[in-house]
Amino acid sequence: MGLEEKIPDSIILTSLDKMVNWARKRSMWPLGFGLACCAIEMISTFAAHFDLARYGMEVMRASPRQADLMIVAGRVSMKMVPVIKTLYEQMPNPKWVISMGACASCGGVFNNYAILQGVDRIIPVDIYVPGCPPRPEQLMDGILKLQEIVEKDSLKKVHEEWGRKAV
Amino acid sequence: MRTELSEFLKSKFADSLTEQELFRDQQSFVVKPDSIVSVCEALLNDENLEVKFLADITCVDWLGHEQEKQGRFEVVYNLYSYKHSYRFFLKVRLDGESPCVRTLTGLWKGANWLEREVFDLFGIKFEGHPNLTKIVTPDELEGHPLRKDFPLTWEQPVFSWNKDDPPEVRNER
Amino acid sequence: MSAEKKTVTLNMGPQHPSTHGVLRVKLELDGERVVTAEPIIGYLHTGIEKTMESMLYYKAIPATDRMDYLAPMSNNLGYCLAVEKLMDIEVPEKVKWARVCLVELTRVASHLVWLGTHSIDLGAMSMLMYAFRERELIIDLYEACGGQRMMTSYIRIGGLASDLPADFEKKVRNIIKTIREKMKDYDKLLTENPIFIMRTKGVAVISAEDAINYCLSGPMLRGCGVNYDVRKANPYSGYENFDFDVPLGKNGDAYDRYLIRMEEMRQSLKIAEQAIDGMPEGPYRAHVPGVVLPPKEDVLYKMESMIFHFKIITDGFEAPVGSVYQAIESPKGELGFYITGDGTNIPRRVRVRPPSFVNLGALPILTEGHLLADVVCAIGSIDIVLGEVDR
Repeated sequence: MGLEEKIPDSIILTSLDKMVNWARKRSMWPLGFGLACCAIEMISTFAAHFDLARYGMEVMRASPRQADLMIVAGRVSMKMVPVIKTLYEQMPNPKWVISMGACASCGGVFNNYAILQGVDRIIPVDIYVPGCPPRPEQLMDGILKLQEIVEKDSLKKVHEEWGRKAV
Repeated sequence: MRTELSEFLKSKFADSLTEQELFRDQQSFVVKPDSIVSVCEALLNDENLEVKFLADITCVDWLGHEQEKQGRFEVVYNLYSYKHSYRFFLKVRLDGESPCVRTLTGLWKGANWLEREVFDLFGIKFEGHPNLTKIVTPDELEGHPLRKDFPLTWEQPVFSWNKDDPPEVRNER
Repeated sequence: MSAEKKTVTLNMGPQHPSTHGVLRVKLELDGERVVTAEPIIGYLHTGIEKTMESMLYYKAIPATDRMDYLAPMSNNLGYCLAVEKLMDIEVPEKVKWARVCLVELTRVASHLVWLGTHSIDLGAMSMLMYAFRERELIIDLYEACGGQRMMTSYIRIGGLASDLPADFEKKVRNIIKTIREKMKDYDKLLTENPIFIMRTKGVAVISAEDAINYCLSGPMLRGCGVNYDVRKANPYSGYENFDFDVPLGKNGDAYDRYLIRMEEMRQSLKIAEQAIDGMPEGPYRAHVPGVVLPPKEDVLYKMESMIFHFKIITDGFEAPVGSVYQAIESPKGELGFYITGDGTNIPRRVRVRPPSFVNLGALPILTEGHLLADVVCAIGSIDIVLGEVDR
């Protein structure tokens, strides 16, 4: 358009969607919340060797009210179901969920009376990370994939989906 | 220790000791349900044996096995003597109708949780237990999961999230 | 204002950063003082025992990994030793030594996670980063052995899943050397740190009588001076051949338990070094046709081995009627497997004697009358793993 030539260097023209998504993508705050074995791999991902801080997501929040990403790391027992639902509902919008590991995604090796066969039956899941437990690299890949989803989001769409329910 | 122990139990509890077993070098004694507390108390307080450590309490469900004739449930007390480094087992056989045995919480406080777990998973009542309630399973769950007639893959509790899709329907699917 | 003394009920968990998972504690508080602390567990109840009772003996090994997920090898070992006892199998010498080496390194890995999380609870944030850095070395060794980072299932009934990797000795020596070096840093960071001492000394005290009365085991019991270590009292897997000390405490407080675990790490490295020095040559699996899987190399080329492999994988083996109990000293305490065979190919009962579960039962007495902030210290010093508590 040639418009950029006429404005000073310190101003960038972009759409609101792009700017908001860029900010959201690079400052995701996960909920510090582990269930079982996968939680240890999650800590490994955050700790020295793998260092998730490189992707701007290391600020673990102890309170769900300050978090916008929930990593369901481990098997979800029937007793835990109401707790996870409450935690998810306490998180402010927009929010995302990663289901980490086989147990959270589909029940894993525990097809029995005590384990919920997939956390997606109670809360909507954006990314499934396979593995038992997944390697830290796999979790990182999942998080980067989630960033791609966040990047493509539109404020309008997110707003409409605020009231979405579990499938 | 092996002979001393069986001598001790034979001499003091001749009436209540019904059976002795030795399997893979492990000694176990079957005692009558009403005498378990007095046997444990005598073992705990005996100066020579000093059976001080109650390692575990568990239960075996013999449903559908020929052993069921002697009693469906077999409560196993796992005892250990620090002094002799010796481990042995006391077993109590209970019927399947209303299994009930006296509690050991008066002797070992650690028996509290172990007995609660057996109650939760097998439905065995421990008379005189201070707080005999569920410990690991959710309150909504009916029945005792580790009994052999409890199905492994049966989703039972109805929470708010599966009201529209009741477990009866889903389990048939 | 009434003069009546009132207490406040405070709920801690199941989602709480310092309950080490999904433990929930119901606290009755009088001001800052704890009147009663009641642990409520079961938020990770997985039905592992029931699952294992529905499987062939072989197929239950992966389920054992997922109980105490900080020390998967210890669980494998306990289960396999119990089944070997039930089937009356003697394993080759090399297997025993390799198992001891791996299990002792597992103890170090488990204690490193405990060290990191316990000190982060008390405010020493950087310790977690150091502990997890060193743990990666051991995890790398697992990966070289079993192909998985955590849930290796490497120890099998009658032997190991595969032969030890070619650079096993080099890797173990590197781990021993590195961690010995780094332990000096940990000492500087924590052992003489006045803040750490103030937070742990005289906190969560339990006397020897109470510890026995509450059926405790492991560092919780040894912290009050009771000398009971399964490795010394009833040696298994060839522990009688190794020279090591069992550290004992005096006061039974959180600081003593910290010192004991640090010393245990040093002793474990010593045992691992002895094991790697004296590792004998030989097969990595016992030769018991029909019960122990034949080595993979034979399965590919020998008819008979392939038939046995096929038969064991599909049908399993029939165990005699009877019960065995095998206890091992896991990083948390006495871990026992009580297995009852009933003449069929699936076990009638697999009971796990969980050290964390029994030790957690002593939480009310550890915290009674203490400050609210010390509850976190008490939970940390018990060293619980919720996977094992709830199973």
